[in-house]
Amino acid sequence: MKVNGKLIVLEEKQSLSDFLQANRYDIRIIAVERNGEIVPKSTYKDIMLTDEDTLEIVNFVGGG
Amino acid sequence: MNLCVNGQNKELDCQTAFEVRKQIGNPTDIVILNGFQIDEDCPVTQNDTVNIIPKGIMPKREDLESMMMARHTPHVHEKVKKGRVAIAGLGGLGSNIAVMLARIGVGQLLLVDFDMVEPSNLNRQSYSIIHLGMPKTAALKKQIEEINPFIKVKVQTIRVTEKNIRELFSGYDIICEAFDKPEAKSMLVNTALTQLPETKIVAASGMAGFDSSNRIKTVNPMKNLYLCGDLETGAGVGRGLMAPRVQICAGHQANMVLRLLIGMEEV
Repeated sequence: MKVNGKLIVLEEKQSLSDFLQANRYDIRIIAVERNGEIVPKSTYKDIMLTDEDTLEIVNFVGGG
Repeated sequence: MNLCVNGQNKELDCQTAFEVRKQIGNPTDIVILNGFQIDEDCPVTQNDTVNIIPKGIMPKREDLESMMMARHTPHVHEKVKKGRVAIAGLGGLGSNIAVMLARIGVGQLLLVDFDMVEPSNLNRQSYSIIHLGMPKTAALKKQIEEINPFIKVKVQTIRVTEKNIRELFSGYDIICEAFDKPEAKSMLVNTALTQLPETKIVAASGMAGFDSSNRIKTVNPMKNLYLCGDLETGAGVGRGLMAPRVQICAGHQANMVLRLLIGMEEV
């Protein structure tokens, strides 16, 4: 699977929600695009990741 | 030959820009040819735009718009003037973005913020002592009227939530995300990308402190999302928000808005 341009090996079948948690993302401050489409946060738990997936994860930091 | 002189089409028997000045103005007047102020005479060609501007005189309102437009690049300006841009959050990023977009003549601006101007804003935001206690929306609208009274400014003094994003921002070409809190940034970006597929978002992340200016950049990580900042440096205790980097980031956002309005989608 490709995450932010880097190849990552999926060790086990994982939902997007599990993957984000395992990689210590705080879902309150991110946006995720999967295969060119924005993923609504309410569906993170339902999406099962595959080796063919391409994810872009944007992590926002504070300030403005 | 036909020339657009001070906003009006005129048939003039002139071969150079300074000949135009000689016919309609004084030798000390500023000459702007196709958006660029010239110090040496240049030939003019059919349908060129020439503005002759007297120095040190308050122009009449009807002449003012043409004089201001003189500095806008022709053909680019028409596209910019048609632009409809919403700015969500009127702090260090949003207030400075709004002023820049007003200066370049973006036709319609929507300014959204629920907060008032307070003393701690003055270190980086486009407000003055006179604005303290005013809603940021009203304070910024007033400033824009002083800078460019020829653009339409709408304000909404409310908090942006998941529930009102579609209604607030539909009809706008671009939303500038200019919030402070990362949760609010994420909420706006996620909701707008999902609910407003025709709208582009120019957001910001990472501009605190005084690290190198050159780390601040513009990227396009997702469809319809442009992101400006160093993408890492959040505001925190001992690493505050300061005018230079915040304004550099606001400049990145405003320039990306300009590029999108004239049809350039690369960062």
